[in-house]
Order: sequence, then structure tokens, then C-alpha cells
Amino acid sequence: MRKTLRFLLGDEPVEIDACNPTLTVLDWLRLERRMTGSKEGCAEGDCGACTVVVGHLDRGLLRYEAINACIRFLPTLDGCQLLTVEHLKAEDGGLHPVQQAMVECHGSQCGFCTPGFVMSLLALRLNETEPSIGRIEDALAGNLCRCTGYEPIIAAGRRMDEIAPPETDPFLKQRVATAAKLSALQDSKTLALEGQGRRFYAPATLSALAELVAAHPQATLVAGATDVGLWVTKGMKRLDPVIYLGRVEELRAISDEGEHLRFGAMATHVDVREAAAGLSPQLDELMRRFGGEQVRNAGTIGGNIANGSPIGDLPPALIALDATLLLARRVDGGEIERRALPLESFFLDYRKQDRRPGEFVEAVLVPKLPDGALFHVSKVSKRFDEDISAVCGAFRLRLGPDGRVSEARLAYGGMAGIPKRAKAAEAALISQPWGEEAVAAAISALPRDFTPLDDMRASAQYRLRIAGNLLRRFLIETTQADTQTRVAGLLAEAAHG
Amino acid sequence: MADARRKLDIATESGPVGGSLAHDSAAKHVAGEAVYIDDIAAPEGMLHAYLGLSTIAHGRLISLDLASVRAAPGVVAVLTAQDVPGVNDISSTHRHDEPLFATDRILFHGQPLFAVVAETREQARHAATLAEADYAEDAPVIDIAAARAAGGALVTDPLKLERGDVAEALAASPRRLKGSMAIGGQEHFYLESQIALAVPGEDEDMHVFVSTQHPSEVQHMVSAVLGVGSHAVTIEVRRMGGGFGGKETQANLFACVAAVAARGLKRPVKLRPDRDDDMAITGKRHDFVCDYEIGFDEDGRIHAVDATYAARCGWNADLSGPVTDRALFHMDNCYFYPAVRARSEPLFTNTCSNTAFRGFGGPQGMVGAERFIEEVAYATGLDPLEVRKRNFYGEPGRDVTPYHQTVEDNIAGHVIAELERRCDYQARRAAIREANAKSAIIKRGIALTPVKFGISFTATWFNQAGALVHVYTDGTVALNHGGTEMGQGLYIKVAQVVAQAFGIGLEQVKITATTTGKVPNTSATAASSGSDLNGMAALDACETIKKRLTEFAAKHWQERPEDIAFLQGRVRIGTREIAFRELVQAAHIARIQLSATGFYATPKIHWDRKAGRGHPFYYFAYGAAAAEVAIDTLTGEYKVERVDILHDCGQSLNPAIDKGQIEGGFVQGMGWLTTEELVWDEKGRLSTHAPSTYKIPVASDRPRIFNVELLENAPNREPTIHRSKAVGEPPLMLAISVLHALSDAVASVGDYRVCPRLDAPATPERVLDAVERVRAGVAS
Repeated sequence: MRKTLRFLLGDEPVEIDACNPTLTVLDWLRLERRMTGSKEGCAEGDCGACTVVVGHLDRGLLRYEAINACIRFLPTLDGCQLLTVEHLKAEDGGLHPVQQAMVECHGSQCGFCTPGFVMSLLALRLNETEPSIGRIEDALAGNLCRCTGYEPIIAAGRRMDEIAPPETDPFLKQRVATAAKLSALQDSKTLALEGQGRRFYAPATLSALAELVAAHPQATLVAGATDVGLWVTKGMKRLDPVIYLGRVEELRAISDEGEHLRFGAMATHVDVREAAAGLSPQLDELMRRFGGEQVRNAGTIGGNIANGSPIGDLPPALIALDATLLLARRVDGGEIERRALPLESFFLDYRKQDRRPGEFVEAVLVPKLPDGALFHVSKVSKRFDEDISAVCGAFRLRLGPDGRVSEARLAYGGMAGIPKRAKAAEAALISQPWGEEAVAAAISALPRDFTPLDDMRASAQYRLRIAGNLLRRFLIETTQADTQTRVAGLLAEAAHG
Repeated sequence: MADARRKLDIATESGPVGGSLAHDSAAKHVAGEAVYIDDIAAPEGMLHAYLGLSTIAHGRLISLDLASVRAAPGVVAVLTAQDVPGVNDISSTHRHDEPLFATDRILFHGQPLFAVVAETREQARHAATLAEADYAEDAPVIDIAAARAAGGALVTDPLKLERGDVAEALAASPRRLKGSMAIGGQEHFYLESQIALAVPGEDEDMHVFVSTQHPSEVQHMVSAVLGVGSHAVTIEVRRMGGGFGGKETQANLFACVAAVAARGLKRPVKLRPDRDDDMAITGKRHDFVCDYEIGFDEDGRIHAVDATYAARCGWNADLSGPVTDRALFHMDNCYFYPAVRARSEPLFTNTCSNTAFRGFGGPQGMVGAERFIEEVAYATGLDPLEVRKRNFYGEPGRDVTPYHQTVEDNIAGHVIAELERRCDYQARRAAIREANAKSAIIKRGIALTPVKFGISFTATWFNQAGALVHVYTDGTVALNHGGTEMGQGLYIKVAQVVAQAFGIGLEQVKITATTTGKVPNTSATAASSGSDLNGMAALDACETIKKRLTEFAAKHWQERPEDIAFLQGRVRIGTREIAFRELVQAAHIARIQLSATGFYATPKIHWDRKAGRGHPFYYFAYGAAAAEVAIDTLTGEYKVERVDILHDCGQSLNPAIDKGQIEGGFVQGMGWLTTEELVWDEKGRLSTHAPSTYKIPVASDRPRIFNVELLENAPNREPTIHRSKAVGEPPLMLAISVLHALSDAVASVGDYRVCPRLDAPATPERVLDAVERVRAGVAS
């Protein structure tokens, strides 16, 4: 066990011996360090005013990512580098190219969201050269600005690399040195901290994790904290103990195992997207629209499943793909026992999952699409980017040689208390020719599958209508290649040519 | 004052006025160095307050047990109405309908009941949840329909505008139709939530740092709740992290609670609500229902309009009177109604008290006007743009508004024609219609809509401003005025005016925080008036100083006053040229006063509300926008693909800043009319109380093709500051083009024969509803 939290704040090594496990990075910066450049706009990871950049070692390489400081717990920064807007100016007081571009393009008005935008653009610059407008939009999807209308900020995103090419960026020039410093902070010991009478554990190995979860079955398991963070900032919950999964390298791995892809539970949405894009452009687009960039950098596939939300974006797609969930726990004698179950059976009822005491999500196995299978995902929300689904529909069909449906997996989010298959609609499709008639029959079966709710996102009536119309969209996209069916996003842009 | 105006048109040499200078704080914004209230280093001994809120929307408070709150860790004090030393009221209209803390009647969910003060904000926030309140609950009245059904109680006096005999004109119209439109509200979502920091001083002094657009009103409110004179209270704000009207009156609560706590405890106290609480407590843009009857002819000419604008005002009057008035003032937009009657219905509801929001009712009035046009267009089969043109204000006889002001500066026709040409509207419209016929699912739509927005506070006495200018002996200048900076670039614009007046560089002008201690009795920075009023007041102060300097120089160097000129970077005195600094130093030695106040009051305006007549606006600002959208007829999803804007800023003080206002205002208006939907549940709780559920536009929502131009060669006809025009609010209404482009796309599914009657906000759900309604309408 190690009792000291260690990370870099810019270049400065920070060591903390006692820390409230759920102290947010933002509160630590603003209240304890008096670094007030990062702002609190919403305290729920939706506005991006608190955006900071975290550097961490990923298989030995230094990787920079924008995250929301307002819902990230400070002890989860162990072994990382934290960069804030205060770290950007040169020693002579000169503005960093990102800052300079924002000034030149008139990218700030009230200025309150600006530090967050600057940090999101910095992360983009450190990772990509010559980003397209679409990529800049994606990188900024988690940053709200109420003044500018975004146009000048996008322009700044185009301008920054003209001011100075990314390879000249001080953070990239120091990359090797920083990586070495971070490397010195890595170890395989469990970090165990206490503060305000509450405990925090960050194991570094799977066996240490299993042991801790077994020893503290009531512990809150924290992955990306993009949901748990709100239990603290909005629900004012006092979590104890907290077990953080982010240091367990095995859990981050993504591997191609032939028939399927294996995603470690801690694979983040950006990494999932990269791997899943190969499975289907539909998945690529779904993952592009997952939260904002900060949430995609922090949130994980395991967390998105384990929190059991009825409106999580990934579960419908994974259920349609017939994914298998791997759960693990330590049993007497120290062995790790694994349990595999179809993902759809993990979700029992609203916010209730089939997770046994001591168990944690270890991985998700996602089968590749069988030859000839048809696959579709649609997410419908009020706002296109950085919104939660009103309805998410994911469908996988297989057709027999006669053109009739031989297998149908129709999964929906937002239609029930859990992500769920539409069994009646599936039955209506089976053995029918894939066409108008079958789709009409499936649509009229949907009310037997679902009794959705009215809420602030959509009415029940709209949800049912959309659920059906997404099947129509699926049919059109698989049978009428020339018909345009999307107004925005990658699929629309691909259709436009 | 007279001097200031006379000098306006004398363009000596090019100076900072008219230049696209960066926002004065831009370099601080991007470095995280701009200081907002929450960033101010905590004064020694500072405590944190937090509000305890009602958990019902309507009823009586039977008892309030605060023992657990008091006992919570870190708690120093708990305050209720009994602890308010002055009056327990912060009603900005002096109607005494807005208690600081509820005592008996509960009128909305989230009404402040008490405040708890603790060592840390976290402690205070946690303690505030521990109160045990016992209520006698009544059924809440949540929306406009319910308010009408319950008898239609009003929060303030309604307004009626009338010109001509409407009943007769309607009866005589070749055609007439009736309709109704729902227009949604809007959360401000300023990125910096409400915040105040009160620091007690000696005697009864209280210094409050507060994120407010209206320091003078906060001063009055704080002095009232403390029971002290205004002279004991100083309000200061360097900048806000956004305001948009949401900090015109809504900051009062937070400043007053912080001040009451600071007074009682003799320690500095800060109050910053969590975003969700801010959204639950504070007022928003009013949602309206507009019921209308229109008389018109086959040529698309409107003969008469009879309209009622009913608004959900919430639990007290706040600014609902002037907001609903301004809705009526804009129910004409650019159109002449030969006979017209318009009535407002400012309804009481058990919801947060709706308030100022960029446009201040004007946008809702104008959305109604554009619906009238659309109705006539579909009824006659004409292009809505053609109907717009046929109904523009025009020659005498067609130039009087429903409030009997003659439109003297009408350029709507010119702006529309110019934009129509520049954006190739007609060809694109034809191409879209052709393409729609071949596209089964995705349909495109286009619309070009104009804006005419009245500039001036309709409360005539608000149209005044003061400034204070100090010239120091090194030639640097400290500038202060009553206007507040919320991102709109007011400070830089006024600084440009001052630098130009003295012929000095901008770096020589120090822009200082707005404070009631320097410039008293100011108006809210609102109604787009900031630069018009404060620019003129500052110029007036500069002219006073320049007059003294000129007289001194004439005497000192034995030249005629008319041979002395303040050029850029130097002063010409006869044949010699010296630096401004040299002149100032010489004047100081000669004991010339180098400091002056300035003042400005807008001329020409008057308004008789009872009679519904007058000249409430000094001038109008114009603009037009053409939007093109694509909708998905299976889901109602849409994308705004292209927008072209031509907007009238007069002779812009700062084109970059003005362009920022236009783009930002447009996108904010687009959010209002599309994805921003406020939802209250049956208990009166706001369901959309955070950005996770309330969706303002993000980067990808802005149109990818976004051509924004300032109307060229269009100096204000009135002698405003350097002939510029106000720009804060008018561009928001350019976004009405998006609503109408969506409507045009929807109409395609009915071959453009049925008016879609698309209400706002046009969420994907509403768009799909409209698609299905139009299809059904064609089928029936």
C-alpha cells in the first residue's frame, strides 16, 4: 500500500497524504491551490468551463486528454500530469498559440467559458494535426459558450496551428521528459488514502482490485466518474469507501480475439470508438456523439454498462450485437472467478443489475458482424451532439438466402426502465422478407414491447413513433442506397460525398 | 451634452473608433486571469451562505424546523425573514410582491425560505438540505392554459395598443383567419451563475461585489433590506460571465441575502447557488401564447390584426410589465397593419418569476408577427417573402406603428432586397423545391425574415447615463461609467470613444469596474442601450475636459480656440504640435481641473402607456437573415445548414465586437426556437434544471455556412454615438428565419398547401408532429 497521492501539477510534483476521496479536481484547484482560471459552470460535466488537460502514460506513451475537472476526483490523478489554463503562457508572459488564436479570432466575449475552450483546443492540438472543422466541432462538443455562437472559436481552432505548428508546442517538446517524470510515479502498489474519515483505494492490479472489492462489497466502484461525480456534486453523497479502477492496466486493454473484440471495462469511449469504428460506421457515429469529448475521454464502456442507466448510449448497440459481459470476483482462496452472461440479462430492472457482491465488470466481448448481417444504430435526442437519447435504437438482422429475416435483434434505450430488446417486434420480422410489410408489422408490435414514459426529453407517443420510424430508416438505408436519411453527423457527410 | 453631440460628425483623422479591436479583456480571458466574483481572493474571515428552498410550488408554510440546519457541521448562522433588519422585500417594481424569504405564502417551487451561513460552501449547501418544512399544499397553477382556466390573475397591468377600427376592418377584409401559437421560454444559461460577495465596513457600510447588470438597483435593494441609506451601500462589478438579461433584477436576491448575512455576522459572506438551484430559482424568458385573427386579401395584404399575447409571468411582477409591453411593441415587426389591436395578458403562475432576456418580449412579439405573415402566405399561396414585402412599412399613410410612432428610418426593404440578392434566395428556393420532390425522407427549407427592433427603454426615465473621466498628469486616463460589462464589449467600445476623443492610444485608457461609488443612479445595462448611453456620457465628460484644455491652451500659447485640435497621438495648437501629456502637465500646473463627469439623456422619446401612444423608441435597428435547413421526416431531427445575415449596426464602433453580437445573438435565438425547451412537471418542479436536460446550442449546431455582414454605409439617422446603432438584442431575432425555414421544410410534405403552424421551440418532436399534421391536413 502507498499512502501518498502523487502527480504533477504542470511541472511541479505534488504529494498529498490526506484527501477526501471525492474532492473534485476543480475544488482542489480553486479552493486549495487558489488557481481560479478553471471555472465552475455546471458541476456536472456538461458545460466544459472547468476543462483541464490530463497527461497520463498509456502503455508507456504520454497521452494528453481534456477532462472535466468538476466531476473528476483528485486522487484519480495519481501518476498523471494536470495542466490548467494557468500553465499555458510562456515564461516571458507571451500567449500560447491556442490563446493567441482565440484573441485574434475574437473567440471570447464574457470569457467565463474561455479557459475551458482553450484547454479543449490545447488537447486537440497536442493530439492531431490539421484537424477538420468536423473534428474541431467534436473536440468542442463538451464546451458550452453562450455568447459567441462558436464561429470565432472554430476559427481559432483552425488558426492555432498557423501561429505555430503543433510540433513546436512546449508541451510536446517536453513530452519525453514529462513521460520520464510520470514513469517514476508509477508503481504496482495500491494507493490507499484517507480524508475526512473516508477511504479511497486505487489498486494497480486486477488481483488487488478483486481483493479490495471482496473486502469492501459496499464500496463505490469508480471508473470515469462521469456519473458518480454527479452523485457527489449534485446528490451531495458522501461515498466511502471509493475504489478507483483506473490504475489497473489490464482493464484498459482492447484486443481483437478473432470472432469478437474484447474491451476491458476501463476502455474509454474514445478508445472504444477507435476500435469499434472498424465494426461499423454506424457505431463510429454513435460513439462520436457520446457525451462531449471530456466525457468520452473519461467515461468507460464498463461504467456505461455497470451504472445501469436506461438511457446509456452503448448498451442498446451492444445488446443488438449480442455482446457478452464478463464479471469477475475473488473467491475464497484468492482465485478470481469469472462469470459470462449475455449483456441483455445483466439489466434486471430500473437501476438494478445482476452484479453479485464482490463482483466487478471486467470486460465486454463484442462479436464482429457476421457476413451479410445488417446493422444499424440511431440515437435521437433534442440536440444532436452532447445530449442524452430520447430513444436509441440498435438493430442487427441476418437474412436467409431467400431474403427472409433469419435473425433479428432489435434493442432500444429510452423505451423502458432498462435497455431492452423488442421481442414482439423481432418475432414480427422473423421469416418475413425484409421489406415494407415486415417493418410495418414490427412497428405495430412495438407497443406490446414497450410502454415508454413522458419526460423532459420526449413524450411517450413520440418515443413510440420514433422507435418505429427508426426501423423504417433501417430498411431504407439497407435497401435504397441513394435515399438520404440523415441530416447531420458522419453518416450524413458520407452520404453527401 | 450639446457639445458632445455637435462634435459627432467631425471625422478628424482615423482613430480607434470603428476599428475591429479585440475585447479589452481578451488576453485575460484566454489566460484565466480575468477576475470574476468567485475568483476574488477571499477576504479574511469570509463565510459562505446557501439558500434553503421550498419544495412545493403553492401553499402555506405551516412550520419550518431549522434545528438540524443549525446543528450541522460548520454552521455559523441561519437566517429567516425575521433576521432581515430592513424590509423583507426585493420587488423591483415596488409592488411588494417579492419577499426576500417566504414567511407564509409559498408561490413557487424553489422559493427561498431561509439561508444558512457556514464556514465552507459545501457545509452550507449540505446544511440547507436538512430543514424540515411543513406545508399546507395547494394545487399550483403552472402554465398559461391553467392560469386562464383559474381566472387569469395578472401580475401587473396589461397593455392595449389600438389603431383604427379593428372589428370593422376585419369584417371588411376579403379573407380572415384565426389561429394560436405557443412560443416557448428560455433559460439564460449565463456560464457564470449568480453570485454575490458582501463585505461589511465601518458604520453601516456594505460593499457588495455582485454579478449584476444593474448595480444601482442592487444598491437600492440592499439598502432597503438592511434599512440603511443608499450612501452606505456600494455595489461593484468588473465583469459578468454572461448576463443576457438574467442579471438585470435576478441578482438582487443573492446580493441581499449575502448583505443581510454579512451585516448580522460582521464578516464577509459569499453566496453562489449551484447551477441547478440557480435555474430553479431565477426567472427566464417568458413563454407566450399568441391568439390572433387576421384580415387580409388575395394579394397577401394585411387589412387588420387582432392579437392577444398571454405570458407566463410567474409568481411576481418583476419586469413582466415592460416585457409584455415590448412584446406588443414588436407585434408589427416591419409590417404595417391598417387596423390593429393588441392586448397583453401578463398571467400569474406558480413558477419562477420570468424576467428580462435579450429582446425583452420583443422576440416573442415578432415571432407572432412572422406567424401572421406565414398564415397569409399559405392562405394565398404566395411566397412568405413576397407577403413580407407587400406589407412593409412605407410611405406616409403606411408608416405608423400600433403605438402611433411614425417609422422615420425604415430601411427594411433595402436590407431585405440586398440580402435576397446576396444569398441568392430565389434560385436556392427553387432548387430546394425541386430537390425536395426527389428526396423521400430528408426535406430542405429556406426562409428569409427581417428584423426591426425599437431602441430605447420604454420606461423613458431609464434612458440616461453618467460617466466619470479622470485625466492624470502623465496623460493616462481612468474611465468609469454606469454600464456593466457582460461580454458584449461595452467597455472596449466606450474606451475607443474616449481614446478617440483625446487622440490618445487605447493603452492609455484604463477601464475601471462599474461601481455605484463612482457613477450614481445608473440604469440597467439592458435594452441594447449600453454603448448608446454610456458612450455619449463618456464623450460628454471628455468634451468637458477638452473644452477646459482648449481654453487653457488658447490662453497659454496665445492661439485662437478654433486652431486647437486633438489629433490622434498629438494636439495641434496653432502651428505647433505637442503630445497630449505635455498639454495635460501644463494645464495641471496652471490649476486646470482634469476630471469631469459626463451625462446623457436620450432625446425625442416619450410614451403615454395609458393612451398607448407615443414615441417610445429613439430609432430602430434593422437586419435580415436567410436560413436553410434540412429536416428528417422520420424523426423530426434537423440541421441548420446555411445562414446569411445582413445587419444594420449604423456606423459600427467596433465591427468585430458587433459581428460577435450578431453571430452570438443569432445562435442564442436559434437555441431558443429549436432545442431549448423548458419543462415543468405537474408539481411545478422545473425538470430541465441543468445543461444535461436543457440543451443550448453547441459548436456543431451553428450553421456550417454562416455569412454575416454588417450593412455598409448606413450611419444612424439620429446623432447617436459616432452614428452607431445598438446591437445587443436585435440579432437574436434574426433566428426567426430558422423557425420559418423549418416550417418551409415541413410544408413540403403537403406540397406547400398547408400552413405547418410550427410552434416554438421547434424540437425534433414538434417538427415531426408538424410533419404528420401537414400530411393529415393534405389528406383530409
